Amino acid sequence: MNPGTGMPGHPDALTGPDTRTVLGAGDVARALTRIAHEIVERAKGVDDVVLLGIPTRGVTLATRLAERLAAIDPAFDPVQGLGELDVTMYRDDLRRQPTRAVGVTRLPGAGIEGKTVVLVDDVLFSGRTIRAALDAIGDLGRPRAVRLACLVDRGHRELPIRPDFVGKNLPTAVSERVRVLLSEIDGAEDAVVISAPAGGER
Amino acid sequence: MKHLLSTTDLSKDDALLLLDTAAQMAATQSREIKKLPTLRGRTVVNLFFEDSTRTRISFETAAKRLSADVINFSAKGSSVSKGESLKDTALTLHAMGADAVVVRHWASGAPYQLAHAGWLDAAVLNAGDGTHQHPTQALLDAFTIRRHLVGRRGGGDPDGVGADLAGLRVAIVGDVLHSRVARSNVALLRTLGADVTLVSPPTLVPVGVETWPCRTSYDLDATLADWQPDAVMMLRVQRERMSGGTGGAFFPSPLEYTRYYGLDARRLGLLPDHTIVMHPGPMNRGLEISAEAADSDRAVIVEQVANGVAVRMAALYLLLAGDHSAEGNDL
Amino acid sequence: MTTDPTTYLMRGVRPLGGEPADVVVSDGVIAALGAPGTLENPAGDVVEIEAAGHVLLPGLVDLHTHLREPGREDAETVASGTRAAAAGGFTAVHAMANTSPVADTAGVVEQVWRLGRDAGFVDVHPVGAVTVGLAGERLAELGAMARSAARVRVFSDDGKCVHDPILMRRALEYVKAFDGVVAQHAQEPRLTEGAQMNEGVVSGEIGLAGWPAVAEEAIIARDVLLAEHVGSRLHVCHLSTAGSVEIVRWAKSRGIDVTAEVTPHHLVLTDELARTYDPTYKVNPPLRTAKDVEAVREGLADGTIDIVATDHAPHTREDKDCEWGAAAFGMTGLETALSVVQQTMVDTGRLTWADVARVLSVNPARIGRIDAAHGRPLAVGEPANLTLVDPSATRVVDGAAQVTASGNTPFAGRELPGRVVATFLRGRATVLDGAVVEAAEVAAR
Repeated sequence: MNPGTGMPGHPDALTGPDTRTVLGAGDVARALTRIAHEIVERAKGVDDVVLLGIPTRGVTLATRLAERLAAIDPAFDPVQGLGELDVTMYRDDLRRQPTRAVGVTRLPGAGIEGKTVVLVDDVLFSGRTIRAALDAIGDLGRPRAVRLACLVDRGHRELPIRPDFVGKNLPTAVSERVRVLLSEIDGAEDAVVISAPAGGER
Repeated sequence: MKHLLSTTDLSKDDALLLLDTAAQMAATQSREIKKLPTLRGRTVVNLFFEDSTRTRISFETAAKRLSADVINFSAKGSSVSKGESLKDTALTLHAMGADAVVVRHWASGAPYQLAHAGWLDAAVLNAGDGTHQHPTQALLDAFTIRRHLVGRRGGGDPDGVGADLAGLRVAIVGDVLHSRVARSNVALLRTLGADVTLVSPPTLVPVGVETWPCRTSYDLDATLADWQPDAVMMLRVQRERMSGGTGGAFFPSPLEYTRYYGLDARRLGLLPDHTIVMHPGPMNRGLEISAEAADSDRAVIVEQVANGVAVRMAALYLLLAGDHSAEGNDL
Repeated sequence: MTTDPTTYLMRGVRPLGGEPADVVVSDGVIAALGAPGTLENPAGDVVEIEAAGHVLLPGLVDLHTHLREPGREDAETVASGTRAAAAGGFTAVHAMANTSPVADTAGVVEQVWRLGRDAGFVDVHPVGAVTVGLAGERLAELGAMARSAARVRVFSDDGKCVHDPILMRRALEYVKAFDGVVAQHAQEPRLTEGAQMNEGVVSGEIGLAGWPAVAEEAIIARDVLLAEHVGSRLHVCHLSTAGSVEIVRWAKSRGIDVTAEVTPHHLVLTDELARTYDPTYKVNPPLRTAKDVEAVREGLADGTIDIVATDHAPHTREDKDCEWGAAAFGMTGLETALSVVQQTMVDTGRLTWADVARVLSVNPARIGRIDAAHGRPLAVGEPANLTLVDPSATRVVDGAAQVTASGNTPFAGRELPGRVVATFLRGRATVLDGAVVEAAEVAAR
């Protein structure tokens, strides 16, 4: 048995000749700061906002967003207002790939009942992960609203789902592969890279 | 991972994946909505050739919490009153499109045969076969031990996720000879790094035990007092072992058994404060375990039952959720 | 009984594995035997067999065969079992008594004997039950069976042990009147209740009830002492443990009149096979350990064990396609016995082909008291009960392709050496070119 671990591949594999960097570390930081401001603006404050990161990189991004929200408005508690949501058991593609390890789900200390939940993911693609996340949230409670933030929207949606907050819209071919590298996980500088045809993985 | 037949087939990584997955499953079971959509559309058959309401309900609950369709197939029958053969039953389940078969059987090896004879292509989960193996019982025992003795003491993850059982001492007491629970636990606990001592009267120790990865003792008091186990697992004594029967009793009387191998308040007093008391159930109170021991706050027996559901959810998830078409080996 | 008018000329055979010779079989006897090219060409209808390098043996004799008829004709019949025996190179078999009804009366043994004679592939010598219904309670009419047309000389409750010591003593004494022998199935019943396989490391691990070696050895030890005390001869069926070999060796050194047999499967297979839970490997006595396998090979080589007997035990698919605990004990053996002996004993240099003739023909014929017709020297004028083997051939065993009506061979898928090219029963070819020759084919000649 060799279940997917959800852990990153070795960064070296992402720097082949067909790989190009579309966002650098500065771009990522600016995008997150902008998203943080938009979240506050949209929610008219931070009072009922909680962040739910989707493993693996969505959790890291949510953590960074929480710090920025707290910087914008100290009323936001970056610990109590932050959680992570593993959607593995809600996926509709489990039988199409090797067994995935089930990750941790940790709700924000403030709960999600009646809150404005902002789902945070790194790359928005088919929308199926978000569909699974919405189902998972539905089993966990009843937020007042659910919003979606993603660092990159690469298009090719297969479900009627669109993000509320986007770092960068990135036109791609279906066959291309988009990876978000974050220093906490990948040990390298933050970056968003596209690598050409990788067999249409999604 | 295609089947779960024996703990001897589990590598340390396999075992930890099962336990860690069980921890996440357990977390979902404290929610208001306990049901997950994970195995929607999959069919799990509980095939029981031997009565065990407790084990069947545990598997049934696990499968239903994962949204699988559950079919209970009771095929109780002895070798003497043979009804439908195992082969025909397997072919029937195959025709019904079973994705997983949870099998409890009086014959050692029957799950292995179901998995390997080519009669059906479903995943096979051994829910106890004869005097051979009961792997989910061992997994729930390991899960319970880890939670209490690694998670709550260690300061790391409260469930001990990711941790093995290195250095822990587990005493398994009672009828080892006829116990699939003991066989499963010896192998799994050793794989996870724990040290095991089997404590039995000599008549209930299997031939060849010296090749098992554990110690053996005939003396419960000495084992408790001198070895200071972190967990004491009491095995159920079957009624038929006490009477004369055809093979004669394995010990002179229930009273004598209790005197030398029963866990009571006095023996609890020999143990370190943190030591937990376990029993796979159903208990014979007053025989292998006294009411004081069973009801003491060291006893984690009820929790074992709850953990059984999480562990079986994990096993069903790992056997059924992924695409196993490229895998050939058993778990 | 079918007679074969054909004369056979075998060229270049090696009698008992020795120097090449030509052999003529005619009128039921060995008509001529001489150096290659030295014999006169026989007259009449002659079938020549090019047999350079093939080994000629006296027809094999099995002291332990289950033909299942009457009662379990779905597993084997006298006709199908004796065809299988011929295919395996046998010219005589002893048919065990655990049929239904049990062969414990003159009527049943005569029925089996006649069925064998009618089939015409081998001589069938029924074994009579020691006790009525194999129940171990009172002696069957041993004298009536001995004096019947079947002329029974071997008595056995095989499948069950004559465990009552006084009954065993009486049986050992009683059969002296007609030079009979009691063939004991050595299995202490109380020590083996519910037993499924050899008791040892493997049984402990895989959770199958153990069958201790001592359950066999204790009975053999008791019986050799009984045989000594009453001055009777004793035959020990299918001994399977190192301890049993030691006891028989000791008994023989004391001059006790005991003979012993080992099965082909106990010469090669071990209890490790039970780990597959495949009931094909479930057998009584159970497969033992590698140490026991070595001990029985050594015992066979040094003469402690007198014979190899097949314990051919055919079973239907439904009796084997089930849980180990529910499956029947036994495995087929007639068609693989000679190959297993070649592989384990001849090809390893522990027995010569002359020794093979001794353990598979001469000794079993003598123990069964059929040595006037079987187990004879290869000499002119002797009955032409012969087996011709090509030791250089190999084959992969296929249960479904066996001649026996049942497919429960533990050697399925294994490559074994040696091939029975021809078998002759009193000059009638029962096997030619490796294929069974039907009686009708002979009669049509």
